Amino acid sequence: MSGLLHAFTILAVSAGVVFFIAGTVGLVRFPDVPTRLHALTKADNVGLGLVVLGLLPYTGGLLGALKLVSVWLLTLLSGAIVTQLIARAVR
Amino acid sequence: MALVFDIGIVSLLIAIGAWMIMARDTLVAVIIFVVYGLLMSIAWVRLSAVDVALTEAAIGSGITGMLLLSAAARLRQTEGAGARPSFPVCVAAGSLCALISAGLAGVVLLPADVAPTLAPLAVANLADTGLENPVAGVLFAYRALDTLLEKVVLLLALLGVWSLGSDRAWGGAPALGAYVPPNDILVFFAQVLPPIGIVFAAYMTWTGASHPGGAFQGGTVLAVMWLLVMMAGVARAPPISSTKVRWLLVAGPALFLAVGFLGFVIAAGFLAYPVDYAKALIVLIEIALALSIGVTLALLAAGPPERTLQP
Amino acid sequence: MNSATLFGFCSAAIVGLGLFGLIVSPHPLRRILAFNLLGSGVFLFFGVVARRGAAAGLGADPVPQALVITGIVVAFSATALAVALVLRLFALTDEAAPTSEADPKAGAEGGHS
Repeated sequence: MSGLLHAFTILAVSAGVVFFIAGTVGLVRFPDVPTRLHALTKADNVGLGLVVLGLLPYTGGLLGALKLVSVWLLTLLSGAIVTQLIARAVR
Repeated sequence: MALVFDIGIVSLLIAIGAWMIMARDTLVAVIIFVVYGLLMSIAWVRLSAVDVALTEAAIGSGITGMLLLSAAARLRQTEGAGARPSFPVCVAAGSLCALISAGLAGVVLLPADVAPTLAPLAVANLADTGLENPVAGVLFAYRALDTLLEKVVLLLALLGVWSLGSDRAWGGAPALGAYVPPNDILVFFAQVLPPIGIVFAAYMTWTGASHPGGAFQGGTVLAVMWLLVMMAGVARAPPISSTKVRWLLVAGPALFLAVGFLGFVIAAGFLAYPVDYAKALIVLIEIALALSIGVTLALLAAGPPERTLQP
Repeated sequence: MNSATLFGFCSAAIVGLGLFGLIVSPHPLRRILAFNLLGSGVFLFFGVVARRGAAAGLGADPVPQALVITGIVVAFSATALAVALVLRLFALTDEAAPTSEADPKAGAEGGHS
């Protein structure tokens, strides 16, 4: 059972890292600010969600798991709002 | 395996520090500084200093980055001010700094048979204070005088910042943030996030007695929430002559000082705690200090008064 | 070579970088940034000392950690005061010499790049 959990964590965190790499490639290679913002928010938030999913078996209880998920939700909220502000400032 | 990660973090830190020094544009350098601060907080976690990691992320990178970003934005026109020193001076300065770095690296490599440490002493007496977080024990029980004086230093710095406003504006409010229309997304953010932030701040202050956290970290989250609210225009920056603001500023150190003098009466001396009430007194001090630190840090970042009071 | 020594070398390098930036930076705000870099390098050195003092079941010695927390807060207040001074300095020199803004900028731009 714990071997299965380890495998699940490794898979989820690796998938999250792949999404982060995709977002970083988008940040470096895309031509202008709105496309870069698009790559960053979409890919990085999914990546963070996968990493949080992978870490959930190790949090030791419901409260720790809720804290991790709330980290992800807050990152979603602030990422979306800051993206809007930056895009508007550039435009 | 962990050493590979450490090598990665260390090389990133040095590379980003060098990039920050070499960057041409000041705004870019400030953004690099914010990134550097966040990487540094990861380094602190690797050094098993989680309280310091929280403080570095909140104060060292967060609120300092915000302060420097607003200053860099205001000083955009002065980019060309001052000339870069000539090449020989740069070489001389570079060699001096390389020498100092080498010396410091040599000190790091000096062998110590038994590393000097106060950890056993700190842990041995921690049960008497009722706390479980040894850093909180050091901050509020063993070296409480340092924390009290640090709080007074914060107030003195705030007085210094206030005194830099022009004479006409004394007693006025700091000029914070540009005008935002009322349906703006920043206003939405400033209405949604502060309640969550206040819960976080309360939790971090309360849990600082037994887990990493404490008054400084919670107070900084409070300060940042208030700054967000002021910058979005949801609340106006208070005039510095406002009595409520001044009471909030003074409440933390005043309570700390009062508990210190109470130590003469009910315990061994100044800033000593009676064993039964030690944790209660310390948590009380932390709560008042968190409020005070929140107001002080926010006003430090807001700057000197620039708008006069409305007659 | 354990991780504490590695971070010790890192702190030495960062102190050198910060000091260099403090000496050669032309703009006062860049000097404040370099001063903060220097400060964080010194704090990292304290962190290495704390990590080496791990004993009695703790991961790191708590006394240097408390000193560093105090130092970070005081460094922020010093930075806030320094930034207020720099802003006031530039506001005063702007008031004193509003017409000569264009010439020093053009001269510095030419010599800058």
